[in-house]
Amino acid sequence: MNVAGLARRTLMVLGLPVILLAAWWIASAGSTSPFWPPLSKIVATFPDVWTWDRIVEDVFPSLARLGIGFAIAVVVGVSLGTAIGLMPRLRALSEPVLEFFRAIPPPVMVPIIAIFAGYTGWLGKIITIALGCLWPILLNTVEGVRGLEPVLGDTAKSYHLSPWRRFVFVVLPGASPRIFAGARQALSIGVILMVISELFGANAGIGAAIVQFQRSFAIPQMWTGIIVLGLIGVLLAALFKAVENRMLAWYLGQRQIERGE
Amino acid sequence: MSFTTPLVARLTEQSPADAPRDEAVALDLRGVQKTYDTPGRPQVEAIRHLDFSIRKGELVCVVGPSGAGKTTLLRSIAGLLELTAGEVVLDGKAVTGPPLGMAVVFQEYGRSLFPWMTVRQNIELPLKEKGLDKAARREKVNRALEEVGLTEAADQHPWQLSGGMQQRVAIARAIAFEPSVLLMDEPFAAVDAQTRAELEDLVRSLWKHLGVTVLFVTHDIDEAVYLGERVIVLSNRPTVLMEDVIVDLPTERDQLTTRSHPHFGELRGHVYSLIQRAKRGDRPDAPLPGA
Repeated sequence: MNVAGLARRTLMVLGLPVILLAAWWIASAGSTSPFWPPLSKIVATFPDVWTWDRIVEDVFPSLARLGIGFAIAVVVGVSLGTAIGLMPRLRALSEPVLEFFRAIPPPVMVPIIAIFAGYTGWLGKIITIALGCLWPILLNTVEGVRGLEPVLGDTAKSYHLSPWRRFVFVVLPGASPRIFAGARQALSIGVILMVISELFGANAGIGAAIVQFQRSFAIPQMWTGIIVLGLIGVLLAALFKAVENRMLAWYLGQRQIERGE
Repeated sequence: MSFTTPLVARLTEQSPADAPRDEAVALDLRGVQKTYDTPGRPQVEAIRHLDFSIRKGELVCVVGPSGAGKTTLLRSIAGLLELTAGEVVLDGKAVTGPPLGMAVVFQEYGRSLFPWMTVRQNIELPLKEKGLDKAARREKVNRALEEVGLTEAADQHPWQLSGGMQQRVAIARAIAFEPSVLLMDEPFAAVDAQTRAELEDLVRSLWKHLGVTVLFVTHDIDEAVYLGERVIVLSNRPTVLMEDVIVDLPTERDQLTTRSHPHFGELRGHVYSLIQRAKRGDRPDAPLPGA
């Protein structure tokens, strides 16, 4: 990519955020409302609030819970989804149950999880995140495995690939575009649940920090928390995209050629 | 006609029950019958009765009118489909699942290669399953790539190659597996005419060079006569054998001289008329008119 191309790309990526921030800055400049402080004040508060100590205390635990919950959802969703996708009988048996659980909004599960796992420690929060992330991954894996090209299955069979090799080299990569689509949905649900799970009985975490600021009328501080959340979202999306581009390079390349781009 | 075997003689000389186990036979079909019987759907009798055998090192083509159950036959031989009756015997052993001594080249090259693997990985995967060590795998992959003229493309992905090259990869994967029988299911149906001629010559040269037994299913009469040492002509559905045509053309064949050979024209005409008859529903097991 040449210099002009790079400049144009940077402009494309940063253009809209800059415009929005400018709009916020101007619109809030003369504000005297305690709930709607000027952006300049929020920005000035930012370095005081988000010190390294606070990041270690609040951001890291939140991200760790998100990471663990998401990882559990990926492992369980992909393995269960593969099994259901490969076995028509198991699918027929489980489909109504899956639809039922999928229809339940994950935050509703919080009180139930709280009864069984408690909600002051990490366990209840991780379960909440994992359960919320599970459904999109599971259902997309089932579809991905079902949609596998039958000729590939025949090829694997006629070359005597063992079930294990078939899983690792044929089924999993074949379903991976759908698995990634599910994981992307799951990640945004996970971020939401990461915050929601901290609104109940937590003394550390980004969500907990935001609620504490709000309750103690530290409004500019509360706004900085929301900005931090947004930044985390952007960062996670970029990280996800990077992993996806690497793992699905074959798929993106193939699609590009098929579309004649 | 002198180049055909009388059908009656063939039907009587191969009764499946007491057929002698000929050492030189690679693949033997004995009373093969396939009826699709899915509950809730009308029964479809695809193959009524097929008996034929292929000797070791032979290149046999199977042609038939469209809908003659060619793919059903190939999938049955490959062990991917359960027979209703009869058996397929490979190297003296009845086929019950995909046998180790067989490799299949499917028609849909674009969908039989793993797009997430490079050409080399595609060819290597079945060899891993065979338990070969890395050096042996590498050597076999390189040799197979050389045989099909794709050494340069080893590290590309299949979708980066043309259709003809992709089918070469599928052929390389099959020969690297070192099967005793190579099954090809209309492998060149989806490539252009020029590529097709090249690939036909590739199959001929691999066959001569490697001594592998080849069963080549096609709907193209010219291709069948040009490639085969024998052409098995199938009837319309439910399939029986129309005729087993011996192709007594010189072993050295090339696109120009072989195809303009007068005897090529005769054989082609003969197979063509058989197919036409098959399309009209004229079949060896049909009752004689007026009978």
